[in-house]
Amino acid sequence: MFKLHYRLERRAIGMTLGIIAAASIGGFVEIAPLFTIHQTVEAAPDMRVYTPLELAGRNIYIREGCYACHSQMIRTLRDEVERYGHYSLAVESKYDHPMLWGSKRTGPDIARLGGKYSDEWHVRHLLNPRDVVPVSIMPAYGWLMENDLRTDDLSDQLTAQRVVGVPYTPDMIRNAADDAYGQANPDSSRAKGVKTRYGEETNIRSFAGAPGRLTEMDALVAYLQILGHLTDAASRDTVAKDLE
Amino acid sequence: MISNLTTGERRGALLILLVMTLVGLFFAAAGRGDPIAVHGALIMVAAIALAFPIMARLYDPEPPAERFDTYYDDPSKVGIILTFVWAAFAMFVGDWVAWLLVEPTWTTSGAWSSFGRIRPVHTTGVIFGFGGNGLIATSFYVMQRTSRVRLPDQLSPWFVLIGYNLFCVLAVTGYMLGITQSKEYAEPEWYADLWLVIVWVVYFILYMRTLARREEPHIYVANWYYMAFILVVAMLHIVNNLAVPVSFLSAKSFSLFSGVQDALTEWWYGHNAVAFFLTAGFLGMMYYYLPIRAGRPIFSYRMSIISFWGITFMYMWVGSHHLHHTALPQWVQTLGMTFSLVLIVPSWASAANALLTLNGAWHKVRDDATLRFMMIAAVFYGLTTFEGSFMAIRSVNALSHYTDWTVGHVHAGALGWVAMITFGALYASIPWLWKRERMYSPALVEVHFWLALSGTAIYVFALWNAGIIQGLMWRTYTENGNLAYTFLDSVVAMRPYYIARAIGGLLFLLGALAGCLNLYLTIRYAAPATDTASLKPLRDELNDAATLPAE
Ligand code: HEC
Ligand code: HEM
Repeated sequence: MFKLHYRLERRAIGMTLGIIAAASIGGFVEIAPLFTIHQTVEAAPDMRVYTPLELAGRNIYIREGCYACHSQMIRTLRDEVERYGHYSLAVESKYDHPMLWGSKRTGPDIARLGGKYSDEWHVRHLLNPRDVVPVSIMPAYGWLMENDLRTDDLSDQLTAQRVVGVPYTPDMIRNAADDAYGQANPDSSRAKGVKTRYGEETNIRSFAGAPGRLTEMDALVAYLQILGHLTDAASRDTVAKDLE
Repeated sequence: MISNLTTGERRGALLILLVMTLVGLFFAAAGRGDPIAVHGALIMVAAIALAFPIMARLYDPEPPAERFDTYYDDPSKVGIILTFVWAAFAMFVGDWVAWLLVEPTWTTSGAWSSFGRIRPVHTTGVIFGFGGNGLIATSFYVMQRTSRVRLPDQLSPWFVLIGYNLFCVLAVTGYMLGITQSKEYAEPEWYADLWLVIVWVVYFILYMRTLARREEPHIYVANWYYMAFILVVAMLHIVNNLAVPVSFLSAKSFSLFSGVQDALTEWWYGHNAVAFFLTAGFLGMMYYYLPIRAGRPIFSYRMSIISFWGITFMYMWVGSHHLHHTALPQWVQTLGMTFSLVLIVPSWASAANALLTLNGAWHKVRDDATLRFMMIAAVFYGLTTFEGSFMAIRSVNALSHYTDWTVGHVHAGALGWVAMITFGALYASIPWLWKRERMYSPALVEVHFWLALSGTAIYVFALWNAGIIQGLMWRTYTENGNLAYTFLDSVVAMRPYYIARAIGGLLFLLGALAGCLNLYLTIRYAAPATDTASLKPLRDELNDAATLPAE
């Protein structure tokens, strides 16, 4: 065997092919089946997509690196389920391009944060966490209230999401910017279409408490309030009890 | 430096810079209103700034033909300087980030300097800026010496080095501007990713061209590792970064994968970034510099073979140990754990190979801080791979995951292994490259060594404690069966450890700054080498003794 290698290491191409072959097998065996085995992701016919405003909020969550301190993946461990709620199901991040499961909990898991606090709480907390939680080490995000939300590229964003497999309809794509404004301004004429397109349960209200404006704060809070509520697959799931 | 290029190479460089200027201009103008315009402008300015000195020397005479008798080391020199610059910058940001976890207000009110934006500046800066430049600079050096041949041309190494640094600059400025994909260690957006692919292909071709012209029948072990590093990083980078941009004039893109598939792809990438960037590449470094500095051939050629193929094959299976107890199907988790455990064999084969090579040279380890850097690196490599296999066990991982234990583990590897082997290799190369007797101040190398070692120890011990306490607090129940602590209790409990970590990090940073100073003094003031053997490097006897296969 070592003799064989003694010859192999005289050939750069041989080594190259050897490395590629050895390194390909593992990933192929593990990743490829996940795309075909349908058990990987549970069925959840009720699952809805993010509204344009929530998607914009998610982008802000990514931009600010909230994922560096917060996970969105409740593990199948008793203490986690008691602290954060039902463990996360694969289907719940089905429309998450990319996923935001996270790897470090400097702050708590927020996979099921939606509805836990009021909008006002979130706004105060994001403006300065220490105003509401004195010992917090979370950063303050003052600029979210100052920045108007960019909406001119929302239709393009939904189109790109559709290309990677999220079922946005042409109607949703066309009205993306209006829906974003309408969702945070319930009294405006643009609010009407939001529920028809995204469902009766969609939150429509002034998230940041600055009606007439559409700020980045509106988008982020709208996103935080929907976390864990795109589908109720988890609350229907009865196997939750058999944990280790 | 520029006059060492041939006229053809100078023209080629100008042409490339012209194309880059135009591309930059296009994005800057057409992408107005989107952050991508800032990057367009940055590319344009960088290309123009580089073009000026070349234009000034465009009509200089051709370089003398004697150049073919020597190695081409200018890119390695610049690469080493860049390695130190990135070390100082990225470790400073690392320590800043560490203090922010103690005192969240120690930052500006600008969005660019908030924790979530500068944390990836740190990780990208150390891994790709510091580590990557170290790898590129030493790989140019090593591939020439072990092949006994000069680089095939003088333009492509510059393209690789400068192009790579442009990628790093796009990455870190992007995060501060809010441009990120959020995928850990793959945060740069689609256009930076595409640019890196081009740079990487040129890098690989350069490596193959050099090997093709080699005067040695065998390809030395160090090169296997450098090759695996280049090849596999390309595979990982391309697959994990598949994404659809919002438009060609938008910095934003959406990953092709979602949810559980994205998670496994990301950690397949993420863990193998550790394996092939932070391990294979630096093992290449170790297999060259450690035997040479110790003046002894590598202990066992067979152990190198087993270790090399073991690492190349097995690492690719283990990424799923980052996803224990999640929504990832259980069989994948189990497979990841099993391979993680077996991986200890090839890992320790390399660590042992390094340490056994030092047998008979321990007096040198005692006297020579440069060699001691390499020795300690091998020890930390052994420790960290052991710890990694341990943490991959499902039940251990249930405690350690999401806690600071992981960060402690990462830095045992990052500071103890990656940074130490790099500093050792750089301190060895600098006098050789600049033709100096030795580093300007060996005492300063000694100071750097002790700062680095004590900083690492403080950092790692603090976070072991932090992580285990955190993990236990999250899962402790009272007698009545309620959770004993709130999450906030665990946040408060971390404070003393975060302070200790930030102090340990500060020591490490000071060490790196001492290294920068020493580099400057060596280039500027150190006495030139009197030993003429090192001036004829194409026949380097030291090199012969240490890098020939043992049988
Ligand atoms: C430096 C790490 C860090 C970053 C970055 C960070 N957080 Fe936090 N977060 C914390 C900590 C620590 C807590 C717990 C203390 C508190 O409530 O403020 C927390 C708490 C929270 C809570 C309350 C959760 C609950 O269930 O009580 C929310 C919501 C939250 N963060 C949202 C965000 C958002 C949105 C971002 C990004 C804009 C963000 N965080 C960025 C550390 C961080
Ligand atoms: C001066 C020395 C350093 C200091 C003070 C430092 C500090 C830090 C801090 C504070 C974090 C964030 C941890 C958190 O979010 O809780 C971090 C993360 C990280 N650092 Fe460093 N660091 C240093 C050197 C390095 C080096 C040299 C490397 C690699 C070569 C490195 C690689 C990483 C990585 C990969 C992470 C991400 C860890 C994870 O997500 O688990 N660091 N560092």
